Amino acid sequence: MATNHSLEAHGLRKRYGSTQALDGFELSVRAGSVHGVLGPNGAGKSTAVKGLTTLIDLDGGQAVVAGHDVARHPARVRRSIGLVGQNPAVDEVITGAENLIMFGRLYGLDRRAAVARSAELLEQFDLTEAGGRPVSTYSGGMRRQLDIAAGLILTPAVLFLDEPTTGLDPRARNEVWTQVREIAAQGTTVLLTTQYLDEADQLASMISVMNHGRVVANDTPEALKRQLGGDRVVITLFRPEQLAPVAAALERSTGRAPELDAEARTITVEAGGAGAAVLADCVRALDATGTEAEDVVLRRPTLDEVFLSLTDREVAR
Amino acid sequence: MRALTNGWVLTQRELLHWVRQPWAPIFNLAFIVLLLIMFGVLLGGAIQIPGGEGDYLGFLLPGMFTLAMMFGLEGTMTAMANDSRRGITDRFRSLPIGSTAVAFGRIGADMITSAAELAVLLGGGLLLGWRIGGSAAGALVAVVLLLWLRFALLWFGVFLGLTLRGDGAQTAVSVLVWPVGFLSNIFVAPETMPGWLAAIANWNPLSATAAATRQLFGTPTGISGGPLAENALIMAVVWPLVITVVFLLLSAHAYRRLRR
Repeated sequence: MATNHSLEAHGLRKRYGSTQALDGFELSVRAGSVHGVLGPNGAGKSTAVKGLTTLIDLDGGQAVVAGHDVARHPARVRRSIGLVGQNPAVDEVITGAENLIMFGRLYGLDRRAAVARSAELLEQFDLTEAGGRPVSTYSGGMRRQLDIAAGLILTPAVLFLDEPTTGLDPRARNEVWTQVREIAAQGTTVLLTTQYLDEADQLASMISVMNHGRVVANDTPEALKRQLGGDRVVITLFRPEQLAPVAAALERSTGRAPELDAEARTITVEAGGAGAAVLADCVRALDATGTEAEDVVLRRPTLDEVFLSLTDREVAR
Repeated sequence: MRALTNGWVLTQRELLHWVRQPWAPIFNLAFIVLLLIMFGVLLGGAIQIPGGEGDYLGFLLPGMFTLAMMFGLEGTMTAMANDSRRGITDRFRSLPIGSTAVAFGRIGADMITSAAELAVLLGGGLLLGWRIGGSAAGALVAVVLLLWLRFALLWFGVFLGLTLRGDGAQTAVSVLVWPVGFLSNIFVAPETMPGWLAAIANWNPLSATAAATRQLFGTPTGISGGPLAENALIMAVVWPLVITVVFLLLSAHAYRRLRR
């Protein structure tokens, strides 16, 4: 198995009753990267994380995490990972510092080292002041920060974050993102599951899109977006009668056939991978015809569109 | 050795809970005291103990100690279920510690809590005018037998906490402890019950511990026949042993099933 990978999973299978939660799950995560596992509810993301973190026995397949086989050496895997589950798994009654000291001791640190590590982590997560208060007084964002801190006691080779920002407000989410980037910068490989596309787009250098227990696409965010088609220049005009002459001018200048939408008063020019150049051509064409446009935008396909097309889901809401 | 160290770390966590939220154990104790007053003072005058004329309090107190040990199982169950619901059990399972450490933590916390409760109740009983008639060594054995019952019911609580899902199931347990408590010799002597009820009460594991501790404390037992007349001590050892073995195995099985 390649040494530059922190995590490799081949053909993982797990069945719950009549549900095939994992159905030939494949994953390969480069050391030191943030890898996003993206999928709708019930796609099998959490089952995959539980299998990779030795919490459940898999029905089939092979997984190696931080160089250790999950089935054969679960104890070694546990020493090399941190797991941050879907709900903040910290003790509500005791203080933040007491939580970190407890987890530090369970990871094998002596009392003095556990106290020191707790102080370091509270500092890193901006919780020094709150560290002496019971966790029940924390906001959702602070709980999550503490929860992530507890997964970093031994600076794990691989940190698993299972939907770390579900239920957080935008500010708290941003703070978690900052921490995740910081953790990756320190050399820890991060496997992040999420149902938020912007989260994967923001953080992950590679994304595996998951549906029905298997990975249906695996690529960089940029490449995934490109798969769906290229950039588009969308021009909105003030009056519908301008559409035809402007479209003719655009076709001459860009060499591409524009699409007209009379009702929305828009002209769309497909730009492939050359968005910027085509945009410049369009603006020149507008100038040459002396047309004032209400709006000119370069649109890139969003991950949402990629996601929906990959997972065959209706845009229901 | 590591399992013991880790177990102690987990025990400290639970003890911190009592320090931070002292109302929980205080409420438990207040409830037992309330029962003691209700039965000992309010109803006690109307309750006749065969062979123990007039000393209902002496009869009741060892029963109350036994009852307190049984109520402890609810605390065990609730703590296990809460950790499971909040994902803390899963986090512990992802740490480089074994399941024995988690078990040691639970045992340490619950046994220390119950021992403290028992000490307060014993002290309270002495304040109420209860006098230990037997030897000091006998009283010590009685305390050990009470904690031995608590240890057995701890495993019952662990099993329930691992397997029962939802608040409804837990409420059901906290209601069902009552008939189990009443269908014993804790409050009244089984000889005053109809024959078939007396048979159930005498075979209730709680009755064995209550009868044995009454003998050891030298208080009225209310027993003149039946299975506990001669074998109360043995049964107070054997019953908890059976419960421990059965529910330790079932709990280990339930813990392994989390890996499904």
